[in-house]
Amino acid sequence: MSFHAFTGTDTYLASPELRDSVNVASALEKPLLVRGEPGTGKTVLAEAIAENLVMELLTWNIKSTSKAQEGLYVYDTVQRLNDARFGDRDITDISQYIKYGPLGESFLKDQRVVLLIDEIDKADMEFPNDLLHELDRMSFFVHETGQHHAARFRPIVVITSNNEKELPDAFLRRCVFHYIAFPDKAEMEDIIRVHHPDVEDELLRQVLLRFYWLRDLPELRKKPSTSELIDWIAALRRGGVSTDSIEGELPFLGVLMKRENDLEAVMAAHRRGRVN
Amino acid sequence: MFVDFFYHLRGYGLKVTITEWLSLMKALAIGHSRADLHVFYNLARCLMVKREADFDNYDRAFASFFMGVENHFDISDELLEWLSKPELPRELTDEERAKLEALDLDELRERFKELLDEQKERHDGGNRWIGTGGMSPFGHGGEHPTGVRIGGSGGGRSAVQVATDRRFRNLRSDRILDTRQIGLALRRLRKLDKDEGPEELDIDETIDSSARNAGEIDLVFRPPKRNRIKLLLLIDVGGSMDPHTLLCERLFSAAHKANHFKKFEFKFFHNCVYENLYTDISRWKGEATSQILKRLDHTWSVCLVGDAWMSPYELTHTGGAIDYYHTNQVTGLDWLRKFRDRCPNSIWLNPEPRRIWNAPTIHLIRQVFPMFELTIDGLTEGIDVLRGIRPNRALAA
Repeated sequence: MSFHAFTGTDTYLASPELRDSVNVASALEKPLLVRGEPGTGKTVLAEAIAENLVMELLTWNIKSTSKAQEGLYVYDTVQRLNDARFGDRDITDISQYIKYGPLGESFLKDQRVVLLIDEIDKADMEFPNDLLHELDRMSFFVHETGQHHAARFRPIVVITSNNEKELPDAFLRRCVFHYIAFPDKAEMEDIIRVHHPDVEDELLRQVLLRFYWLRDLPELRKKPSTSELIDWIAALRRGGVSTDSIEGELPFLGVLMKRENDLEAVMAAHRRGRVN
Repeated sequence: MFVDFFYHLRGYGLKVTITEWLSLMKALAIGHSRADLHVFYNLARCLMVKREADFDNYDRAFASFFMGVENHFDISDELLEWLSKPELPRELTDEERAKLEALDLDELRERFKELLDEQKERHDGGNRWIGTGGMSPFGHGGEHPTGVRIGGSGGGRSAVQVATDRRFRNLRSDRILDTRQIGLALRRLRKLDKDEGPEELDIDETIDSSARNAGEIDLVFRPPKRNRIKLLLLIDVGGSMDPHTLLCERLFSAAHKANHFKKFEFKFFHNCVYENLYTDISRWKGEATSQILKRLDHTWSVCLVGDAWMSPYELTHTGGAIDYYHTNQVTGLDWLRKFRDRCPNSIWLNPEPRRIWNAPTIHLIRQVFPMFELTIDGLTEGIDVLRGIRPNRALAA
């Protein structure tokens, strides 16, 4: 058996641990469950895997109303009813009313694909349990047509969760689990250089200093994430803010902090910091 | 050895199952550990630990298991030995036995031997090894081809050293919480039930019914589902609660934002509940406790938050209230009992850790209300009591 090893891409820097987790999940054909703070690159991981291994990416965005069945297929009864009433089409062929969802589609492909099940914890508590069988066997049955579909090439399944809900044990047992920790300063520097290759060293140093100081403030309700930091640097550079003024004040703070309370808390802490 | 590790992990409270452990054996046999304890550390974790809250326990278990033996623990030798004489954790269920048979140990053993032989001949390259990016998996910087490579990928630090750093201590779920975590815990307080009110169109039923009706549209309506939970939050402010202000604020703001309660009320008190409760933190505006009690019935849940730490007479004596000008006619303990009798589904949350719950007043209050720590685990347990899925047990008097 030979494996395609995931190594990360030019724009997605994967830690050695993350690479190992992805490759284990891929080799054991188990879903990879990825958790971590918002903005740590959980969703982008699936795109990076697809790009790196040159596979097609199918995405299933989970909403609070999502049902497991929709991921496999939906039987469009309304369309069939409509056709029956107006006699537009031959309605005896039921298979034309079976619409496959991302999960079902990923099983039907004739090569290995990457399937992203994004934010699984948004759905109902029971949702992950409803997927157990399909994820285990990678096959499903279409009752309306009596057809049984089994995956010829088991997709690489990446599942992301924001930890909004505790996931059921039975579901967790079947997954390979990876927690993406928030990047430390050195890792963050690498990440920023990917997005802003020509950023000045001094600006980067000052910005990181401020950013991690901000994240450590206990009174913040929502900590700024990587994507907000990248936006902040873009704003600072476009605004032509000098390194000195970042030291003295915090320009364009609105890019980092989205809540008024947090903004006030930061300003207050900043004033305290300068007095001390 | 591997079986010992399995039990060692379970000894540290990690709920590792045999199925997960067999996955680890398989991953090792197809070459994933690369005979590197660092890689093994991550491999075992991603297959057997499924919550970041358990990472810290895993680190402690890993460090104590491999401490001292890391230099002569040879993963490849251990695995070869295990594959030739598979010792299994006791008490296998049929399902687990079937999984083990599906693993086909003989084939795995052969493949693993092949991998080793191949490696002895060739010391570099080798893309049969997963995730190595073309690096030689064995003997990297070492003399013995199957020796454990320590410190390779971890920047000069051994896997055990990395584990002893306990980087994930902050993710433990028995630590105090932030607003969002509290909000999530409170979400558990959802008890959906059919409610009165305007009916909603039931699309699935409508389609079914229309289909049965030979295509003639037949609309079906049903009553909507709503949350029935009514919550009264009583928070102790001032005095010994000052260090916990931020935590209580967070609980309060999370409960306030949670819009899934049928009714939600909050009041403040100082040390204990007496004839008045306050609607603001500075305790200026108040409302008679008896009035509040009248509004409550058994469908309400009361959640009291406080350290329950006071002088015994504040609880058991009339006139014992902490404020000098305040002479209470009914003892604090009796007021608490009134709440309990009115709303049997009630709990007390204590921001102090359980190990220092040794004040006499804490003991008295625990005879009235079941008490939980104000941590994720404690809050979750408490909420299960409110939902009625965990028995409501106060201490025996």
